[in-house]
Amino acid sequence: MGREREPQQQQQIPYTVEKLVALNPYNPDILADLENHVNEQVSSQTYSLDANLCLLRLYQFEPQRMSIQIVARILIKALMALPAPDFSLCLFLIPEQVQMEEQFKTLIVLSHYLETARFQQFWDEAAKNRHILEVVPGFEQAIQAYAIHVLSLTYQKVPRPVLAEAINIEGLSLDKFVEYQVANNGWVMEKVNGRPQLIVLPRNEFNHAELRKSAAEGIPLEHVTRLFPIFS
Amino acid sequence: MSSSYDYDDGSYDSRAYPSSAMGGGDVGYDPNFVPDSVKTFVVHLYRHIREKNVYEIHQMYEGSFQRLSERMFRESPWPSVEAVAPYVDNDHVFCLLYREMWFRHVYARLSPTGRQRAESWDNYCSLFGVVLHGVVNMQLPNQWLWDMVDEFVYQFQSYCQYRAKLKTKTEEELQLLKQYDQAWNVYGVLNYLQALVEKSTIIEILEREKDGLEQFTATDGYDYEGGSNVLKMLGYYSMIGLLRVHCLLGDYHTGLKCLAPIDIGQQGVYTIVIGSHISTIYHYGFANLMLRRYVEAIREFNKILLYILKYKQYHQKSPQYDQILKKNEQMYALLAICLSLCPQTKLIEENVSSQLKEKYNDKMSKMQRYDEEAYAVYDELFSYACPKFITPSAPVLEEPLTNYNQDAYRLQLKLFLYEVKQQQLLAGVRNFLKLYSTISLAKLATFMEVDEATLRTILMTYKHKMHAVGSDGKSFSNSDMDFYIVDFEEMIGELDRANLD
Repeated sequence: MGREREPQQQQQIPYTVEKLVALNPYNPDILADLENHVNEQVSSQTYSLDANLCLLRLYQFEPQRMSIQIVARILIKALMALPAPDFSLCLFLIPEQVQMEEQFKTLIVLSHYLETARFQQFWDEAAKNRHILEVVPGFEQAIQAYAIHVLSLTYQKVPRPVLAEAINIEGLSLDKFVEYQVANNGWVMEKVNGRPQLIVLPRNEFNHAELRKSAAEGIPLEHVTRLFPIFS
Repeated sequence: MSSSYDYDDGSYDSRAYPSSAMGGGDVGYDPNFVPDSVKTFVVHLYRHIREKNVYEIHQMYEGSFQRLSERMFRESPWPSVEAVAPYVDNDHVFCLLYREMWFRHVYARLSPTGRQRAESWDNYCSLFGVVLHGVVNMQLPNQWLWDMVDEFVYQFQSYCQYRAKLKTKTEEELQLLKQYDQAWNVYGVLNYLQALVEKSTIIEILEREKDGLEQFTATDGYDYEGGSNVLKMLGYYSMIGLLRVHCLLGDYHTGLKCLAPIDIGQQGVYTIVIGSHISTIYHYGFANLMLRRYVEAIREFNKILLYILKYKQYHQKSPQYDQILKKNEQMYALLAICLSLCPQTKLIEENVSSQLKEKYNDKMSKMQRYDEEAYAVYDELFSYACPKFITPSAPVLEEPLTNYNQDAYRLQLKLFLYEVKQQQLLAGVRNFLKLYSTISLAKLATFMEVDEATLRTILMTYKHKMHAVGSDGKSFSNSDMDFYIVDFEEMIGELDRANLD
């Protein structure tokens, strides 16, 4: 499947800041530009990991110049970049006592739920902390894209309730959502009498043994197990 | 060579030496006293450098310098640069090189004072300044140029550790910290390395080499057409230096980016000097481990460990031998960690595998469990094998003074253990799945003593964690065994061994 790193709605980065970072990777004078750029990424739904890491690096060198609000935005953006490990990459650069801030603790918990695929707990916790997350538009959609990514790694056919829980959409909205995916992304609905609806996800190398390319070449795949769920 | 000094062409380091002045430790150290053997040493070295005789320079640098240090300067520094300058025409560049070695010797055998640390920084600034301004026409051995970059980063790391231990500083030392507040400044360090990379145009050279427009690897970076290899090689090694500095800072993504122009999948100039080879792979592997690209880390650790196993005997006399052994041990520990999180044992060569078993068999089986003890082993191995992380910001010199030299290490350790914790149930899944080609979720849930909903999250976690995102942004699998959930049509008996591959 080879998912590209930017979740669907995060567009490519304007090249000028990329260039600024490339030419001045260790220059404290670009700090303000990078902070502005974080806000730009938020409002224009774009994303630039390199620019954000560069800013965190400058904060690491001069902690007195750190803006908590900017760091929070970077972290939320990094969550949205899942399955890429960007959130950890950011945490590696943020001093421990800063990570003790209440809102960062919340984000770390949210990241933990996502990393361990506990989507229901994630959405519950996210709902409680809307005030932190709603500053960044596109957050929910990005997480839904990640959830679908993980589902499609794991399932050939997803029961509707499992999908509903993972993306936090139900009822009519879910119908619409699935319809859209059927029309645009190759999903197939499968109805079996008396059983919950199944959604067939597009085949990819991660959920079908016969399509498995050795992306990490030459790795001997010892074993593939098929798992058959049963619903009582 | 215009020196009027009359030196003996014989073997300078076996020459008899008046024992009274030396050997008594620093009690008798007179920085202005230059023993004959040192005179001979500098005069020869100076001549060989002027004549661009790389072979002889290398012999003196690796051989004579070590032997003289061993014999005469075990407990005291070499004579001061001012004292030897007259024997080498007061040559500015030679004096900078001499001081670079002088400080390196102090760091290796004695313990540098705060002032010496700051002075060494100044010396590097002058030395790199000269190189960056392109006025150097020497040809120096790769070993020496590697050592310069390596030592530069080492002294930076050492300074960060030193200044972070504020509690035990004397009034005078604190005063020096204030006075030399620009010494080993993190921006300065990074910008020197970056400037060497840029000014040397090494990235372009490596690019042009791919198209056959340039020779670099074929000549081991030396210039046989009358030019100098110094800037070019310092630029090359600075990419490895930047990888290391970024690892020390916990910035693994950026570190790998700095190394990217070097294709480590191929024999390259970085493998010529063993110290450079090891440092590259150690940091490359560690960064990949932290990015969850376990297969990549395992593959490179396996290769270098095999290499060390084969060739370490040839380095027994090298001053770097202890360092080689230390890094060797650390990389086995890192390999043990990688294989515990991602059991790709088939990627490991037989001899490496038996070494690994000898060293870590017990610990690796403990790491397969998911209890406190497993956790403690991860903690122990990580702490033993990780780089010496640093806090790069300047110290806060206000009361109460605290030590913060452990902060950076504690953070990286904590985040690593957090990752381990997120993966702690995966070994269990792996063990059960190995036994079955098909199995129902309900049954697997019973085996694992969890409910089905929890099992689904564990299975998804397994899938997520066993996929890494590469530098190209694409997902790839690290897993040695895999599974997928088909549907819930029927339950298939446990030993239905239909071959699904």
